[in-house]
Amino acid sequence: MDDQLMTERLVDAQDIKITARGVQVYYGEKHALKDVDVDILTNTVTAFIGPSGCGKSTFLRCLNRMNDTVAIARVEGDIRIDGEDIYDSRVDPVQLRAKVGMVFQKPNPFPKSIYDNVAYGPKIHGLARTKADLDGIVEESLRKAALWNEVKDRLKESGTGLSGGQQQRLCIARAIATGPEVLLMDEPCSALDPIATAQVEELIDELREKFSVVIVTHSMQQAARVSQKTAFFHLGNLVEYGNTSKIFTNPDDPRTESYITGRIG
Amino acid sequence: MTVTVLILLLLALGAVGFFLGRARAMAASQGDMRRLHSLPNFYGWHGAIMAFLPALFFLTLWSIAQPLLIERQLAGFFPAEQFENETDRILLMADVRRVAQGIDSAVVAGALTPDQAIALNIADDDVRARLAEVGVALGSAVTAEVLQAAQSYRELASTGGLFRSIFTILIALGCLAYAIKITQADFRARNRVEAVALGMLMLASTIAILTTVGIILSMLSETIRFSTMYPFADFLFGLTWAPTFQGNSQLGLLPLLWGTFYISFVAMVVAVPTGIFTAIYLAEYASPRVRSVVKPLIEVIAGIPTVVFGLFALVTVGPFLREWIAEPTGLGTSGSSVMTAGIVIGILQVPFISSLTDDIMNAVPQSLRDGSYGLGATKSETVRQVILPAALPGIVGAILLAASRAIGETMIVTMGAGASAKLDLNPFEAMTTITVKIVSQLTGDLEFNSPETLVAFALGITLFVITLGLNVFALWVVRRYREQYE
Repeated sequence: MDDQLMTERLVDAQDIKITARGVQVYYGEKHALKDVDVDILTNTVTAFIGPSGCGKSTFLRCLNRMNDTVAIARVEGDIRIDGEDIYDSRVDPVQLRAKVGMVFQKPNPFPKSIYDNVAYGPKIHGLARTKADLDGIVEESLRKAALWNEVKDRLKESGTGLSGGQQQRLCIARAIATGPEVLLMDEPCSALDPIATAQVEELIDELREKFSVVIVTHSMQQAARVSQKTAFFHLGNLVEYGNTSKIFTNPDDPRTESYITGRIG
Repeated sequence: MTVTVLILLLLALGAVGFFLGRARAMAASQGDMRRLHSLPNFYGWHGAIMAFLPALFFLTLWSIAQPLLIERQLAGFFPAEQFENETDRILLMADVRRVAQGIDSAVVAGALTPDQAIALNIADDDVRARLAEVGVALGSAVTAEVLQAAQSYRELASTGGLFRSIFTILIALGCLAYAIKITQADFRARNRVEAVALGMLMLASTIAILTTVGIILSMLSETIRFSTMYPFADFLFGLTWAPTFQGNSQLGLLPLLWGTFYISFVAMVVAVPTGIFTAIYLAEYASPRVRSVVKPLIEVIAGIPTVVFGLFALVTVGPFLREWIAEPTGLGTSGSSVMTAGIVIGILQVPFISSLTDDIMNAVPQSLRDGSYGLGATKSETVRQVILPAALPGIVGAILLAASRAIGETMIVTMGAGASAKLDLNPFEAMTTITVKIVSQLTGDLEFNSPETLVAFALGITLFVITLGLNVFALWVVRRYREQYE
């Protein structure tokens, strides 16, 4: 625990990357997320935990405006990244999503080669001038995603031919390749076996050096292992937000305690 | 007893078999259904099938065999030289059958008593006139041999019919009795009924295949006959299509092949972009409300009979193209042209391509779209770089399906492109296609013994080979991309 406390003290000194104030989300008539206030720090892993349907994925999808692609979703409130309101009409969601990368629950590599999967983002955002630049970005992203050694000899093969864990790391490499500042992960390990999960978790810890990572997870062990900050959602409310060690050892709210001890879920 | 009555009787026996089998199984269960191997209805179906199927099978075999055997018997009535070749024999036997049936229907109509019918002879009665009275027209006067043979035919047929009925019913009853006898509590009725069901499924699936084989064989045999009358190389590589019915026809395939490909090409140029753009709009951009209105509306086009499209080509598109494009540019003076037919066929194929492509694009997983949007791709980038490549094998399949339909299209070409076989590059000239010429070579009163008519079969085989080639190509494309993507 001492190590954990050390990192938390370091984290507390970090700058705030994202501020969310009074965020409300409606899916049609349904009020899915009620009045959420959260500050997400740089170079920190923040975990969102809570039972299914509590709004944690919904909130995650607000942070890169993915809810815009859902016709019936409506978002209110104020979300700022580096002080800039991302729901301002001048902000192009397309550019926002290049800055806020996302990794999904199920590995979803495109039916293209491994190389083209990683090069997809840099190509559409024009990040590489030459083929050599692009090669460099692809290699660096794959290295950061701890996948390079496994795939360097078969970059031209289809990304869908990899194993589940490799596919998820490919999706992480793909998200890293656009040079994001924040990485959102929506239950990135729920479709993976324990070994692949361990690899991805190790990777998340390394990614913290470069990005803010926000991870939605159903596994409280995972939240405890990888995150420094934890937010507990319940029935569309943000119940408690704080240092991970505090949430898991000495929560303020009785609902949080009930959830982490397995009495509600 | 006629075959219809026999089959009805067999069906009735089958119904009896169902109830007997079921009742016997219920009795064997002693009131506890769990003692039975199968559900009671399976025992019923087993009884019904046993009563019906073997007897029906026998009836079919008998009905095929009987005419053959009778014909062999009747051969004795005619001198051997009349049987010199196959055609004579078929004609002669047709005469005999016709006279026999004529006499039968005269008896049924009451024009002859059964005794009078047997007593008919060529010296006393004008058989042709008597039969004409009851509505049976004969081509020529009836000869003594034919009449004699016909009388013998009637006799044999009626004896045969009697035995057929007796044996069929006996078989049905025998099998039914056997089925009831073996119905015990541990008898595996379900397995046997399901085996029969499986057999029926297999039979159904072979029918389509056998029909295809039959079509190919019949066309092939006529094509071979054609090639004995007309040099096949001239057919394949001839540059002129000029059939005359006095002989000396020039039956070159190339002008027709050119017309077919030219018109289909124009059609695909119209249909492919329109269809795919429509599908992209419907699948990715249209709101559910727009989609629910537009999609059925487009699909209505597919339901319009092609002859109506032909009319549209003839009275609207053709004159429009002639007055506004062909005549001002000096390209042609004909309303019937490759453009007219091609454009209208293209419009006809749009719903085909758009509907199939739309379904295929909708089948692309939402997770791929999310992945692309999550990387900051716009909608059009997602469509171009993720959705279309993922859907490509299916789209190629849809396009090739539409292409083979365009190649086989007849009515619109007849009305929109004219009927003159020409080798020309000008798309505002009238041209024609293989299908149109197949129809025109086979309409009218003609005999299947001249190259001018038999060429239709050679054309048909050509068309078949082309569409087969397209389908093989489609399969190849689909498989190639599968390997790469999945």
